[in-house]
Amino acid sequence: MMTLKVNGRDHQVDAEPDTPLLYVLRDELELNAAKFGCGLGQCGACTVMVDGKAVLSCVTPLLLLEGKQVTTLEGLGSIEAPGPIQRAFMEEQAAQCGYCIAGMMMRAQALLQRNPKPSDDDIRAELEPHLCRCGTHMRILRAVHRAAHLMQTADASTGRRSAQ
Amino acid sequence: MVGSVVAALVVAGAVVAFAIAWRPAIAAIEPPSPQAFDAALVKRGRELAAAGNCSTCHTVRGGKDFAGGLPVPTPFGTIYSSNITPDAETGIGRWPEAAFRRAMREGVDRDGRHLYPTFPYDHFTNVSDEDDRAIYAFVMTRQPVHSPGRANQLAFPLDQRFVIAGWKLLFLHGGTYKPDSTKSAEWNRGAYLVEGLAHCGACHTPRNALGAERVSAAFAGGDVDNWHAYAINAQSPAPVPWTAEALYAYLRNGWQADHGVARGPMAEVVSNLSSVPDSDIRAIASYMADVFGAPAPGRKQGVEDVLAKAKSPPAAAAKLEPVGAAIYAASCAPCHETGRPLPYGGVNLALSTAISGPDPRNAANIVLSGVRPVEGERSPIMPSFAASMNDAQITALLNYLRTRFSDQPAWTGVEQTVADARRTQTVFLQTSPGPNNAPAEASQRDKP
Repeated sequence: MMTLKVNGRDHQVDAEPDTPLLYVLRDELELNAAKFGCGLGQCGACTVMVDGKAVLSCVTPLLLLEGKQVTTLEGLGSIEAPGPIQRAFMEEQAAQCGYCIAGMMMRAQALLQRNPKPSDDDIRAELEPHLCRCGTHMRILRAVHRAAHLMQTADASTGRRSAQ
Repeated sequence: MVGSVVAALVVAGAVVAFAIAWRPAIAAIEPPSPQAFDAALVKRGRELAAAGNCSTCHTVRGGKDFAGGLPVPTPFGTIYSSNITPDAETGIGRWPEAAFRRAMREGVDRDGRHLYPTFPYDHFTNVSDEDDRAIYAFVMTRQPVHSPGRANQLAFPLDQRFVIAGWKLLFLHGGTYKPDSTKSAEWNRGAYLVEGLAHCGACHTPRNALGAERVSAAFAGGDVDNWHAYAINAQSPAPVPWTAEALYAYLRNGWQADHGVARGPMAEVVSNLSSVPDSDIRAIASYMADVFGAPAPGRKQGVEDVLAKAKSPPAAAAKLEPVGAAIYAASCAPCHETGRPLPYGGVNLALSTAISGPDPRNAANIVLSGVRPVEGERSPIMPSFAASMNDAQITALLNYLRTRFSDQPAWTGVEQTVADARRTQTVFLQTSPGPNNAPAEASQRDKP
């Protein structure tokens, strides 16, 4: 039994230490935003934040998370009060099928927390590990810029509680 | 009487030293127009410059091609690469071919100044006149870039260039490559490239206290940019012995199923080699297979033997390093133990030279940085684990991998190695590809 901190809450998890975080999030905690894509850390769909950094949850065993803060897309806002990154992706209509988008948003969030004003090149380099087969890449780029702008303006207060 | 003898000796010594150190300037020319060079010669020069890996040192990440300025850290201080574009003021635009050839052969610039041996003229001295002419034609037809050289950071007396003349006296043995008539034409071609332009020994041969390659330990393994350049002679730590065929595939594709993936500085070498003709890659492979020699008796021979051995129960290793074993199971095994061959699966780590090598630097680097895809190619990829594992966890993982997949003794100082690797990579990982983000230290420039 270990304590897993997810989106600011403590969860008691009864699983082997080599269980991938993704399985626990989806199967035990019913946090389904992070997606199973390849299971090999090669597509980015399962990305979450651990202590503010983007991490591939399908290749991250539980034992690496002792005492760390996990943030999933659910932790960045809700349907009623979406966070700035979520608002920006909706306003730019950056999702087509949407399967990759949760992972894209998590890595973009981690980037913006580190670099509030990224350039196009910064965003492209950062999101390189993420595959999108629909092809909304240009909208994703715009959405990250929009999120950066939202985060710097007062009306983005809904996202304040996010950012772990 | 004694006084005058001493004075005479001092004067004579000074004259001899001057004669050894002094080189005349070669008269400047008007920068030749690119049209002055034969297109076929330029094309040949392009292939040769690729084999020589020139751009790796003479181009800063994100900077203009061949404009120099790359800091090369050495035990003696930091030396900056020079601008070899045909810019008249800051490049080599006013250099006649004779000056270029002298630089390649003797390590002296057009003004007659000795160049530091970070420019590997101890190898380039083997390059033929004909090839020097082609490389000259290639560099003189590049885009001129105005980019003044940066001052080297060297302490006295190494900042005095005449000191280099003494170094050359000891370690620069001039003369172009002499073919060995008992060997095949392909072998000789490979030897000419490896010992000359390709300067493989510059990284793969250990250096002595004066920074020169130890001739008696040729290809016995060296250091470059916080990576270990493996021994590529009979002392090779590769679990499966290299063959000419395997070397060819590795140098051509950047990976080979029985050995793994070229990373760090070697990834740049392979990337440059992509424009070198097949026949030259085969020649290098042929010569190097001979340098590797026949595997020592008792050495594991085939892939099957190595993999069979790796299948034996890992209980001991897992018991010794339960944390490392759990990390391996979740983070590494999904790719490295699927049995899918490269480039889509990961190499079985029992075959990996990083795990059987003499120190954990390369393995630590690769866990931290991962392997980025090569644009437009089927290339192996691996995620970075820098954000999900701390130094102690990576240390546990590396200790487990060493015990589990290698029959070599445990590494020492693993945690310090991991901490060093993370420090040198942190800036790199956070550096965006913009031209203003050229890293300050050469150790951060590699593209793993």
